[in-house]
Amino acid sequence: MKLIQMLLAATATSLVLAGAGHASTLVYCSEGSPEGFDPAPWTAGTTFDASSRTVYDRLIEFKKGSTETEPGLAESWDVSEDGTEITFHLRPGVKFQTTDYFTPTREMNADDVVFSFMRQSDKASPWYEYAPGIAWEYFSSTMAGSLKEIVKVDDMTVKFVLSRPDATILATFPMDFASIVSKEYADQLEAAGTKEQFNVKPVGTGPFTFVDYQQDAVIRYQANPDWWNGKQPIDDLIFAITVDAGVRQQKLVAGECDIIPYPNPADIEGLKANPDLQVMQQEGFNIGYLAYNTLVAPFDKPEVRRALNKAINKKAIIDAVFQSAGTAAVSPLPPTSWAHDPDLVDDVYDPAAAKAELEAAGVTGLSMKLWAMPVQRPYNPNARRMAELIQSDFNAVGVKAEIVSMEWGEYLARSSAKDRDGAVLLGWTGDNADPDNFLGVLLGCDAVGANNRAQWCYQPYEDLIQEAKLTVAQEERKPLYFKAQEVFKEQAPWATIAHSIETMPMRANVTGFVQDPVGIHRFVGVSKTE
Amino acid sequence: MVRFILNRLLLIVPTFIGITLVAFIFIRLLPGDPVILMAGERGVSAERHAELMAQFGFDQPLWKQYVDYVSGLLHGNFGYSYSTKKPVLSEFMARFPATLELGLCAIVLASVLGIAAGILAAIRRGSWIDQVTMGTALVGYSMPIFWWALLLIILFSTKLGWTPVSGRIALTQFFPSVTGFMLIDSLLAGKPAAFWSAVQHLILPTIVLATIPLAVIARQTRSAMLEVLGEVYIMTAKSKGLTPRRVIWLHALRNALIPVVTTIGLQVSVLIGGAILTETIFSWPGIGKWMIDSISRRDYQVVQGGLLLIAAVVMFVNLTVDLLYGLINPRVRYR
Repeated sequence: MKLIQMLLAATATSLVLAGAGHASTLVYCSEGSPEGFDPAPWTAGTTFDASSRTVYDRLIEFKKGSTETEPGLAESWDVSEDGTEITFHLRPGVKFQTTDYFTPTREMNADDVVFSFMRQSDKASPWYEYAPGIAWEYFSSTMAGSLKEIVKVDDMTVKFVLSRPDATILATFPMDFASIVSKEYADQLEAAGTKEQFNVKPVGTGPFTFVDYQQDAVIRYQANPDWWNGKQPIDDLIFAITVDAGVRQQKLVAGECDIIPYPNPADIEGLKANPDLQVMQQEGFNIGYLAYNTLVAPFDKPEVRRALNKAINKKAIIDAVFQSAGTAAVSPLPPTSWAHDPDLVDDVYDPAAAKAELEAAGVTGLSMKLWAMPVQRPYNPNARRMAELIQSDFNAVGVKAEIVSMEWGEYLARSSAKDRDGAVLLGWTGDNADPDNFLGVLLGCDAVGANNRAQWCYQPYEDLIQEAKLTVAQEERKPLYFKAQEVFKEQAPWATIAHSIETMPMRANVTGFVQDPVGIHRFVGVSKTE
Repeated sequence: MVRFILNRLLLIVPTFIGITLVAFIFIRLLPGDPVILMAGERGVSAERHAELMAQFGFDQPLWKQYVDYVSGLLHGNFGYSYSTKKPVLSEFMARFPATLELGLCAIVLASVLGIAAGILAAIRRGSWIDQVTMGTALVGYSMPIFWWALLLIILFSTKLGWTPVSGRIALTQFFPSVTGFMLIDSLLAGKPAAFWSAVQHLILPTIVLATIPLAVIARQTRSAMLEVLGEVYIMTAKSKGLTPRRVIWLHALRNALIPVVTTIGLQVSVLIGGAILTETIFSWPGIGKWMIDSISRRDYQVVQGGLLLIAAVVMFVNLTVDLLYGLINPRVRYR
C-alpha cells in the first residue's frame, strides 16, 4: 500500500514538474503568406501581422485596441511651435533580438531610427533598392510628401524636419512601414553581400523573435526574453498558414488553431454556439460606399443624390450581403475612429419621399450605370449582390440602373475617370488612425480623378479638412472633422453603405486577446489557461 | 535506345520555344495592369505608375521584353516575382517538393488501387463486383474536388478526429529541411513521431488528389484487360492448361498495361490541375496555389517561369513513360 502511495506521489510530482516546465504555444491560423519580413516595402495586412506586429516596434504605437497612440521606442516627442519639427527622445536600454543569425553588440539608438527611414527615402542609399523592384509605397504615399530631412541630434534624440506643417504625419509613425530596424544587422549583411536576407530573416526589437519560416506553411516565433515591455506570457507563437476559411474553421473546432481571422460570415452563428469557443466582434476600420459622379448631370445636384440615398434599403443589404456581419454606415469614418461624429443622422429609407424628391428636382425616367467590383473585400463581400439590391431599390423609385463590372485593374483605373458614367461601388480600409486617411484621401479636392471616385471638390468641406490637417491638437481637430461630416451628409457625394464587422473566433481558453480597430492582429499579452 | 532518347530530347527544343511564347503572350492577353493591381484601392499616381512600369521593364516593346526574357532563361535566370521580389526559381524550388511528395503519393495510390480494381472488374465482368467498382469509379470521376475534400475533413478530422485537418506536419514537429520531403526529412532527423505525423497529414490530401486519376486508371485497366482477355493468345494459354492466375498476371496484364501506363503518364497533368484545389483546401504549401495567386496578381515573371518549370516536369514524366513503354512493349523498344 505504501509503495502504491509513493508511486502515486512520485507520478503527481513529475506531472506538476512537467506542467511547470511545459512551454506554452499559441497557434494563430493566418489567412495567407507574408510577402516578406521587411516591414517597410509591403502593403498587405497579412504581411504586417507576420512581420511588423510580431518582430518590430515603432517610435509611436497604437494603444492596444484603440486608434489613440502611446509612446513606443520613443519615450516622448515634442512638436515645434510652427509644426515643422518633431523631436523624438528615444527609450534607453532597448535591445535588438538575438537570433542564431545575428547577435547585437549595442542597444537601439538614433542611428537605427535614421537608417529605418533614410533607406526608404534616400535614393543613394545601398538599401534603397536592395531587392529587384523593391518600392516603398507607404512611405512614398504618406511621409515623403512633407518630410524634408531626418537629423540625429545625439545618440538618443532624432529630429524629423518637415517642409510644411502637417498634423497627419504623427499618425503615420505607428504605421508598419515606420518600424525600427537594426542598422548593425543591415551593415553586417551588406558586408557579407547577403542583403536579401534582410527580408527573409528579420531582426527587430519587438515582443517576438523570428525563428523559422517554412514557405506558405508555418512561421515560428519565440517570446523575446529581452523585450523592453516585458517577456510575453506565451513562449512560442506559431502562424499556421491556412488559406481556406472553411478549413480554418474546422481546424479551430478540432483544436489545431487557437485563434483564426476572417471566418465565413455564414459560419459565425455556429461558432458562437460552440461552448469550446469564444467569438469576438468589432466594427472594422473600413467603409463600403456608392460614389456618384458629382461632375455629371443629374448627379451634380445634391438633392438628386440625397433622394437616391433615401431609396437604398441598407438593412436589406446588410442582411443579404454581409449576413449581418456589418453595420449601416452613417459617416465615411468608421465608428471606432476618434473623429467619428456619433450624432450624425443617416438618410431614412423612404422610397416614396425619394421618388417625390427626384420628381421635384426634375429627374424623371433616369437611366444610369451601377458599377459592381469583381473582387471580394471585407467592406463589400459581394458587390454583385449589393448592386442587384440597389438596382431593385432604384427601380422602385423609377430609376433604371444597368450593372457593369470588369476586371479589377480596369475597374480601378476606369472608375477614377472624371467623365465616368454612373455610380461606383467601392470601399476603403484605413491605413492609419488619422481621419484624414478617410475624409481627405477619399473626398479631398486633390484626389479628384484618382481616389475621389465621387469627383467631389466642395470648397466649404475642403477648407475644413485642410484646416484640420494643419491643426496639431486632437481636441481642436475633432470639431473640424465633425463639421466636415455634417457637410458631407448634407451634400451626399456618396451613399455610405456599411462598415463590416470583424469577427475573431478563438478557443475558450485564450485570454488577453484584444481586437484592434485598424484590423491588425497582435498577440502581446495573450495567454492560454489550461 | 540512345537514338530514341536523343530524338525525344531534340523534340524538347521546339516545345520549349512554344511554351515560352504561349506563357509570355497569354498572361499579357489578360486584361489588367500589374502596377494598378498591386496598388489596389490605394491607387497610384501617373508618375509613380510610369516609374514602376519602367522598373519592371513593361515600358519596352513586347518583342524586346520577350528577347530579354528568353536570354535570361538561357542564362538560368527565370526572373523575379514582382510581389515578393525573390527569384522565381528559388520560389519554385521552395514549394515544389511539397507538390511532388503529394503528387507521388497520389499517383502511387491511384495506380495500385486503380489497376487492382480494373483487373478485378474485368475478370468478374458483369458481376456485382464489376458494377460496384465501375459505379464507384464513375462517381469518383464526377466528384467536385472541393466538396469531396471538405466532406472528408468534416467526417475524418472534425467528427472522428482520426486525421489532422490540414498542413503537412504537426506544428509541434520541427526539424531542418534537407530534401524538402517531409517523409524523408523526418527520418533523416531521426524522428519517427514526425514521420508518422507526416503520414497522417498526407492521408486526406492524397485520397482527394488520387480520386479522379484512380477512377480513370480503373476504367482504363478494365477495358484494356477485357480487350486482351478476348485475344487468341489468351485462349491458347488457357488451352495449354495454365492456371488462371498465370494467364492473368503473365499474359493478360502485361499486354493490358501498355495503354494503362500511357494513361498514368497523362494523369500527371490532371494531378497538377487537381493539386491547385487540393493544396488550397489542405493548406498544402505547394506550387498550385502559388501559380493561381500569381495569375490573379498578374505577376508575369512567376507565371512565365512557373509554367515553364511545370512544363519541364510534365515533359520529363512523358519521356519516362515513353521509356517505360519500351520496357513493357518490346515492339517499340528500338524504333
